[in-house]
Amino acid sequence: MPAPTITLEVLRYRPGQDQAPVFQAYRVPYRDDWVVLDALNYIKDEMDGTVSYRWSCRMGVCGSCGMMINGVPKLSCAAFLRDYYPATVRVEPLAHFPIERDLVIVLDDFMQKLSAVKPWIIRKDERPVAEREYRQTPAELDRYKQFSMCINCLLCYAACPVYELEPRFVGPAAIALAARYNMDSRDEGRQQRQEIVAGPDGVWDCTLVGECTTVCPTDVDPAGAIQQGKLSSAVDWVKSVMLPWGKR
Amino acid sequence: MSPFHRPPRFNWWLENRAYALFVVRELTSVFIAAYVVLVLLLLRNLALGREAYEAYLRVLATPGMVVLQIVAFAAALYHSITWFALSPKAMVVRLGEKRVPPRVVVGANYVAWIVVSAIIAWIVLGA
Amino acid sequence: MPKSTEPFWWLLFAAGGTVAAFLVPVHIILSGIALPAGWAREAFAYDHILALVSHPLSRIYLFVLISLSLFHWAHRFRYTLAEGLHLKTAWLPVPIACYGSAIVGTILAAIVLAKL
Repeated sequence: MPAPTITLEVLRYRPGQDQAPVFQAYRVPYRDDWVVLDALNYIKDEMDGTVSYRWSCRMGVCGSCGMMINGVPKLSCAAFLRDYYPATVRVEPLAHFPIERDLVIVLDDFMQKLSAVKPWIIRKDERPVAEREYRQTPAELDRYKQFSMCINCLLCYAACPVYELEPRFVGPAAIALAARYNMDSRDEGRQQRQEIVAGPDGVWDCTLVGECTTVCPTDVDPAGAIQQGKLSSAVDWVKSVMLPWGKR
Repeated sequence: MSPFHRPPRFNWWLENRAYALFVVRELTSVFIAAYVVLVLLLLRNLALGREAYEAYLRVLATPGMVVLQIVAFAAALYHSITWFALSPKAMVVRLGEKRVPPRVVVGANYVAWIVVSAIIAWIVLGA
Repeated sequence: MPKSTEPFWWLLFAAGGTVAAFLVPVHIILSGIALPAGWAREAFAYDHILALVSHPLSRIYLFVLISLSLFHWAHRFRYTLAEGLHLKTAWLPVPIACYGSAIVGTILAAIVLAKL
């Protein structure tokens, strides 16, 4: 009996050579413990060395291998061939980002938005080293821990229709990371982040489709972070209107 | 380097079930608004006198209006169900240090919904 | 719509959505199902409803129900139009039409309820 195979249709785009992306089919061996990433590595090693894609840890912690698998944003290291076999698997680069080449997307927009939300501890005054470490209770950690699980894989941006229609939208991961630092007891930088979070193209662009939370591989719940951001920004606004003389 | 830009689609909401249900959810607001306009018209006809009011009640009872109100009821139910399901996302309720589990928040909403509905029904029908 | 007023419209949307979620279904059951089915004839009799609705608390209740539901629709529909027709959410004609309609509805509700 011939060894089982499965077909992958991979979206190719070679700048300078292709006018537009085009699908190329590859028939690879089917093994029930393989993921799509294994199939891609087989293609690259044995069939077509020109296919380009990002990957690293192959175990769902680095966030490098995000792709559209049958139209759904997934980590290719977490998409098992057995869930699709024997049907053809369609592999495309993450939606809503420009394609650099094949399955590699241009990340610059996200990188700019990520640094804009200042994803680090901001202090009014840095504590001198001699005063030892910042201390944090388990309860204080619990307040932001979920949002700290983000691996910047960008599946949430690929799932977000608002980001598709409004490329200036800051986006789920960036807002979730802003929330992660705002809720960190060591941080004092919320006001600085509010310029982005509560500004044009911050939380107010979101219409709570919720697909970002559905596709997130580490249960960050960016939709929750954004909704909490809407409520806290609205409370800020009410305070600024009712108490214009008050200290923000 | 010449990256390829895939343009945004007009049929994005047909791509999968979640997007389609999202659009249904958003459009329930149209039925909610349509219904409160019917309420406003009821009040207006009430103010115009007995005959105008009773004529309006007959309009509300015509088959077309009944169908509209049944569809509006389905839309209102879908709005309520999705609204309660999403309420824990915006409001994180904490008792002391522990976060109240989202399903408890959702459950509390349903209880309040039943209680409030019963009170309204009692006021209109019974009192 | 200047982004500095977004929180205002969102708060009205959230309040309206909550009011609508709790109250609209039972109201539709009463006026849209029970009434045409003939189960609530005495309840909807002219004198009974007039007395019920004329109470100051009823007027406030109905004003809140109508107005907030309209603002809930206005905000949601504004974004649905933008997403459906690929318009910028800040492109003024859409928010003006939506919030404007809700404002008109609110004023009409206030007039009708005040003069009952």
